[in-house]
Amino acid sequence: MTLYRLQKLLYELNRDPRVQEAFAANREALLSEYRLSKEEADAIRSDDVGKLYILGVNGQILMHFAAWRGLAWDQYIQAMKDALAKHGQVRAGIYAAVEGGEGGAV
Amino acid sequence: MSLVFAGIMSHGPGMTARAERADPAVREPFYAALDRLREELERSRPDALIVIAAEHFANFFMNNMPAYAIGMADEYEGPIEDPEWLRIERRTIPGSADLSRRIIGKVMESVDVAYAEEWKFDHGIMVPLNFLTPRFDLPVIPANINCQGPPLTPLSRAYEFGRAIRTACDAAPERIALIGTGGISHWPATPNSGKINTEWDQEFLRRWAANDRSALTSYTDAETLRDAGQGGFEIRTLTAVAGACEGSSGEVWFCEPIPIFATSGFAAVMNLNAEARAAA
Repeated sequence: MTLYRLQKLLYELNRDPRVQEAFAANREALLSEYRLSKEEADAIRSDDVGKLYILGVNGQILMHFAAWRGLAWDQYIQAMKDALAKHGQVRAGIYAAVEGGEGGAV
Repeated sequence: MSLVFAGIMSHGPGMTARAERADPAVREPFYAALDRLREELERSRPDALIVIAAEHFANFFMNNMPAYAIGMADEYEGPIEDPEWLRIERRTIPGSADLSRRIIGKVMESVDVAYAEEWKFDHGIMVPLNFLTPRFDLPVIPANINCQGPPLTPLSRAYEFGRAIRTACDAAPERIALIGTGGISHWPATPNSGKINTEWDQEFLRRWAANDRSALTSYTDAETLRDAGQGGFEIRTLTAVAGACEGSSGEVWFCEPIPIFATSGFAAVMNLNAEARAAA
């Protein structure tokens, strides 16, 4: 259930400038509204896009969040590869890595 | 009037965002095929373009996820993504609330479709428009099939959705064009981005061009996930176009893997029935 709320936060950040402003102005206050697990909130606090991928955030939501946080394409792909090596397979959702995350055009 | 044009194409954001990184030997013939698609669309002199897309959480979320939705506004805006990231300028795209309302009313006779009077286009619609209507001046009617948040609508229902759209187009006096857009096999937004199952793509497009309803709708989601990735769920959009053209067959103009676009670049058209061609 907290994954649902985590994805909702990122969905709203991706599309609503007012939520983006709230994120910039007082991140903790915004995070508290979404009642995330500590692991999820820490991933947001540390801008850890790779960890958010492992936690199961849908790739289409995460791809745009990553761009908004300033990650270039190659950095974004690499962040997922690094997190996969560090934390293991994606824990939920339909965006699991295949073949150990090998290959792909970076 | 009726449907005057029906085609399908890929919509990967890399097609505009990372164009220079694709191998020119593949990219240039792909763009030439898209140009041919644009010319064919223009020759059909459409009054409006229905885009059947698979959006990616730009408008719809798991709090209230429609299996099928059609836009019903006089204007839309896009892209929702950072325009510098997608490299498509943010703009207003014309719609037609009146035509949408008539289409939706007719579709509802056989498919329970949601309507949306507000819709922000993401790359799934903006990238095709960038190639097909580069002046963004043709009224667009966006249609969406949920391909992201399971449970997903069955393929057989996607085909029926297309048939319902065709019935609605047949009942409208306007000349209507239809484009379906989605990936075939791909693993986008994963560490495997760029992985493509070329054989699977070619077999899918063979079934599409033959408009073989039972073969098109026989893939299970488990098979699609295994062989074509989670991006493969977007075949629903292409299957719907086949449904709109039941009884017609088509031609595949281009299909080659372009890993930096995360998918095969492809373009294909349905040869619509003789009456539509004569009227055109």
